[in-house]
Amino acid sequence: MSAERTKKRSMAVEIWQRLLRNKMAMLGLVILVALALSAVFADVIADYDTKVVAQNISERLQGPSAAHWFGTDEFGRDIFARIVHGGRVSLVVGLISVSVSLLVGGSLGAFAGFYGGRVDNVIMRVMDVFLAVPSILLAITIVAALGTNLVNVMLAIGVSNTPNFARIVRAAVMGVKDQEFVESARAIGTSNTEIIFREILPNCMAPIIVQSTLSVASAILSTASLSFIGLGVQPPDPEWGAMLSSGRNFLRDAMHLTLFPGLAIVVTILALNLLGDGLRDALDPRLKQ
Amino acid sequence: MHKYVIKRLLMLIPVIVGVSFLVFFIMSLAPGDTARMILGDDAPIEAVEALREELGLNDPVLVRYAHYMLDLLHGDLGTSYKSNRPVFSEIAARFPATFRLSFWGMLFAVALSIPIGIISATRQYSIADSISMVLALLGVATPNFWLGLMLIIAFSLNLRWFPSGGAEGWKSLVLPVITLGTGCMANITRTTRSSMLEVIRQDYIRTAKAKGVSHSKVINKHALKNALIPVVTVIGLQFGALLGGAVLTEAVFAWPGLGTYLVNSIKAKDTPAVLGCVIIFSICFSIVNLGVDLLYAYIDPRIKSKYK
Repeated sequence: MSAERTKKRSMAVEIWQRLLRNKMAMLGLVILVALALSAVFADVIADYDTKVVAQNISERLQGPSAAHWFGTDEFGRDIFARIVHGGRVSLVVGLISVSVSLLVGGSLGAFAGFYGGRVDNVIMRVMDVFLAVPSILLAITIVAALGTNLVNVMLAIGVSNTPNFARIVRAAVMGVKDQEFVESARAIGTSNTEIIFREILPNCMAPIIVQSTLSVASAILSTASLSFIGLGVQPPDPEWGAMLSSGRNFLRDAMHLTLFPGLAIVVTILALNLLGDGLRDALDPRLKQ
Repeated sequence: MHKYVIKRLLMLIPVIVGVSFLVFFIMSLAPGDTARMILGDDAPIEAVEALREELGLNDPVLVRYAHYMLDLLHGDLGTSYKSNRPVFSEIAARFPATFRLSFWGMLFAVALSIPIGIISATRQYSIADSISMVLALLGVATPNFWLGLMLIIAFSLNLRWFPSGGAEGWKSLVLPVITLGTGCMANITRTTRSSMLEVIRQDYIRTAKAKGVSHSKVINKHALKNALIPVVTVIGLQFGALLGGAVLTEAVFAWPGLGTYLVNSIKAKDTPAVLGCVIIFSICFSIVNLGVDLLYAYIDPRIKSKYK
């Protein structure tokens, strides 16, 4: 038991060391940690009621300055403060929607891969139907039907990403399910559900981790897209896509309204993609030597 | 080969039935009374009831879906609540604009990404490789609607080279096409590079070089054809992103296509129009995926020989 634990720890250490050697992945990780900290301490950085939502018309459309690093918007609100609080929304939506896809898609994929045959056929044909609708359009349809609020946005993005997780987990489970440790678990009478969740899935974590990281990026992008066309976070709450949408009315005279929220999205997605790519390299056994 | 094409065409039918049911079911979850929404809050209850009956809103979802599918088979996508015109003709009027945008967007992406990917792979770790990979990373991370706004600021408001909206003349096509194609271009470039890198290390490439075949012939004839399968797969997948991206690009440039119609229909809670748009987009995506599968057979003789 302790030998197994040591082996597991040494695997994790090995992966971490491989990740440490990847400069781009570390850059992504550092940016993400900074973003996560700013989201957690958003209220300490800028007060929500006075700086993020309260209007101050006398300071409207000011350019970047020492008082307002990223300038102010059409209602005199501090754009930096709104971006910091918007980051909280983006990260929360990203994480929760990916958890939804992981939970639903991952379970479906695991059952499909493990049982095969008719179960696999039914689950994957249903997933094929979901995949036939471009994911952002599926999210748009769900939000359009259920109504525009944050919970529906998370649900919509979660559902639209579900088939990708189902496919990836299914493929990973199929690669593992015939190995000896699964056979021995079966031999000592372990139930199928326990075999799937206790034995197989922990051995399929590499593709799941990579897909999750990259999916958070696409979920953040989808949230911003939905808000940009008026289907996501509603004003006056701050969200990067919604900020871009209102800023487009001031492109000529106050481009900072669109520049900074857009940069926030680019930096976040870039960081997640760099980390996702780095994780893929670190977890890929072919690169071990 | 004909068998393969027919088989793949037949496989489209369950997908279209499934997609239409999925979208129909999701839209049926919408809260609120459609008949009341059409007639307004002041309409008498009898009129609302009569309209509910007329539209079949009192029927169960499955019955309504069956009616919808029967109509769809006759090319009838229902009547728009907003304009009172057939959704099919509304979509048909806007489809060419979206098709034009998507076609040029994809052409722009493919025409640039494949040569850049090849150059990157053949000159791995050179400055050209580093620059193109940084740009590709940025391209993947940049939301197309933001890129569109930045292009409008630079080339429309400041330099005044291109219009910031509308769809008149080739000039109006330039900024939307770059906006729409950049994300796809970045993804295809990355795939072309990694696929080429894998192929140019194969023994048959070394053999071709050892035989004295010229560098350009080795790359363009021996390597590229073998590296194309994953690239074609990504192009097919990117088409889905491109259609979704078209909705946002059209919103930025006030492009008079299906995307703008979809967004306006959502805002007006025009369910038949939303349903029609999503179904048409999905059918287009499925047809492109069919095209990609057929292209595999064209590129890879091993696949073709299976169906002879």
